[in-house]
Amino acid sequence: MKKFEKLTGLVVPLDRANVDTDAIIPKQYLKSIKRTGFGPTLFDAWRYLDPGEPGMDHGQRRLNPDFILNQPRYQGAQILLARDNFGCGSSREHAPWALDDYGFRVIVAPSYADIFYNNSFKNGLLPIVLDRDTVDRLFLECAKTPGYKLTVDLATQAVITPSGASFAFDVDAFRKHCLLNGLDDIGLTLQCVTEIKAYEARRRKEAPWLFVN
Amino acid sequence: MAAKTLYDKLWDAHIVRTNEDGTALLYIDRQLVHEVTSPQAFEGLRQAGRKLWRIDANLATADHNVPTTDRSKGIADAVSRLQVETLDQNCRDFGITEFDMADPRQGIVHVVGPEQGATLPGMTVVCGDSHTSTHGAFGALAFGIGTSEVEHALATQCLIQKKSRNMRVRVDGELGPGVTAKDVVLAIIGKIGTAGGNGCAIEFAGSAIMSLSVEGRMTVCNMAIEAGARAGMVAVDVKTIEYFRGRPYAPKAALWDQAAQAWRALHSDVDASFDVEVSLNAADIKPQVSWGTSPEMVVAVDGRVPDPAKEGDTVKRGSYEAALQYMGLAANTPIRDIRLDKIFIGSCTNSRIEDLRAAAVVVKGKKVANTIKLAMVVPGSGLVKTQAEKEGLDKVFKDAGFEWREPGCSMCLAMNADRLEPGERCASTSNRNFEGRQGAGGRTHLVSPAMAAAAAIAGHFVDVREL
Repeated sequence: MKKFEKLTGLVVPLDRANVDTDAIIPKQYLKSIKRTGFGPTLFDAWRYLDPGEPGMDHGQRRLNPDFILNQPRYQGAQILLARDNFGCGSSREHAPWALDDYGFRVIVAPSYADIFYNNSFKNGLLPIVLDRDTVDRLFLECAKTPGYKLTVDLATQAVITPSGASFAFDVDAFRKHCLLNGLDDIGLTLQCVTEIKAYEARRRKEAPWLFVN
Repeated sequence: MAAKTLYDKLWDAHIVRTNEDGTALLYIDRQLVHEVTSPQAFEGLRQAGRKLWRIDANLATADHNVPTTDRSKGIADAVSRLQVETLDQNCRDFGITEFDMADPRQGIVHVVGPEQGATLPGMTVVCGDSHTSTHGAFGALAFGIGTSEVEHALATQCLIQKKSRNMRVRVDGELGPGVTAKDVVLAIIGKIGTAGGNGCAIEFAGSAIMSLSVEGRMTVCNMAIEAGARAGMVAVDVKTIEYFRGRPYAPKAALWDQAAQAWRALHSDVDASFDVEVSLNAADIKPQVSWGTSPEMVVAVDGRVPDPAKEGDTVKRGSYEAALQYMGLAANTPIRDIRLDKIFIGSCTNSRIEDLRAAAVVVKGKKVANTIKLAMVVPGSGLVKTQAEKEGLDKVFKDAGFEWREPGCSMCLAMNADRLEPGERCASTSNRNFEGRQGAGGRTHLVSPAMAAAAAIAGHFVDVREL
């Protein structure tokens, strides 16, 4: 997994609550058997004026000039500022894959859907929760400041604005550890072979029907 | 010993180890696998040279991409075909039992699992699909996961999980005639919102929930994720145990007795406490219809499309306006005046035999309105289809002008050829009314099977209680 330590990046504000995973990456692209290449179709239905299908040259499609990601001042954004319950809906990991492939490394929102939140960490994408008032403030600052950047420091768990204001955020110790070091958690779990086998041996006695087929 | 909730009991029984940060390594009893979220997981295993931890804990079927029309020619869309063939190949390579497209047991994973008794009370069940919460209906801890976790569970039979908070949603009293499990869960989501259960495992309880059949409880738990909760669940009772008796993968003979005995303890202790409690009065619940682009945007069939101008919260007002714009609806329109183009009866929410029976009762002897372009019934599995045909339900639907299709996810998410065209409006028994969910530009109204059937006959929404 990709490491995440510290980043100063351009912010793009997506001012909409309950952004669902169908909006982040529509179903037709889920037919892919790969993990990569989802960036050009991130927010597909909002980003383009014409309908998209797998296999198209998305560079040739008509961009929706009203969609925030298409505006010149937000090109190259690495931090997505969002509203409540971001990533609700399906469990598709294609959503963080698409955000990552587009170039996002951080999302800042007041809340996330649980599965999306979890999936993000597995892909080196850091979802930060800040309270609503702070997120409101960042939306306002971002709107009036072209080139608005935030600094995100995972080690110290802080989001720092251009004026130097610093906001602390929470992150589970294990997730932080994996992200800072780019660790593969399957490898870590496989260090617990003895414990898994012991659990199975005990369960086979307690609940043998779980091991019949 | 401290009183425990059902969720506490299921959680505790599956802890392999507790980590310093409070997360746990949780043992997974059953993983269901489908074609969309698994190819990258198998690829990851191959690249790392890892094997499956426990082959027999996995069961696979193709559902999202499969055609619901004649299958003898295979899948026309080459990209879909490759994904389904990749699942077939991965299952062969890794030794996983798969109900492939030609198997009579093939169907939607969440219909197939319980139908086979492959998902059982007391199990931890995962699948790379958010509607895995369905299996909580019979006292299992079941939740959707992403592809990285699919790979993790395949390789280790475990997942690193943080415990959710305990939430209980009680629905007490008697449901009125024509009010179904679907209406109950839509009413719950309307009340608590799509983020109402974030960070929580929801136990659905109360006399109205326990009065539902096991299939009805599946409909309720299926949509727990639409209320933000990864897991929904219902306590085990006699109905639960009887539901599993004799199913192919269910335990037999002495093991059955032992299992059934253990399952009887799968309920919250009387004095267990919950972090969040919500309650609804069953008698207040009317047939529901969603009007917007989030499952929380729902009203009773005798209501009207809300007016965003009356919404005080600015973010919410913005979403209401965007939703009405997308849905092509004016504020204050009576729900009964909304005319439909297509009708979809199916999906992991409402494609079981009881759903088809409920729709057939409404349809019997009538004709689909001539303004409806397409009305389709997509059974949840090959076995549901066979059972329905045995009962003559296929004939009831076909005589009325419905199309009777092969099993799969179909127009719930339109990954196969079944979809809405831009601007088309659909009464759908599925679970999500997101923008573009049933096809780019398509407009979805979530309803129960009886309500969808009634809308097909009338051409617009009608109150099933008045039929």
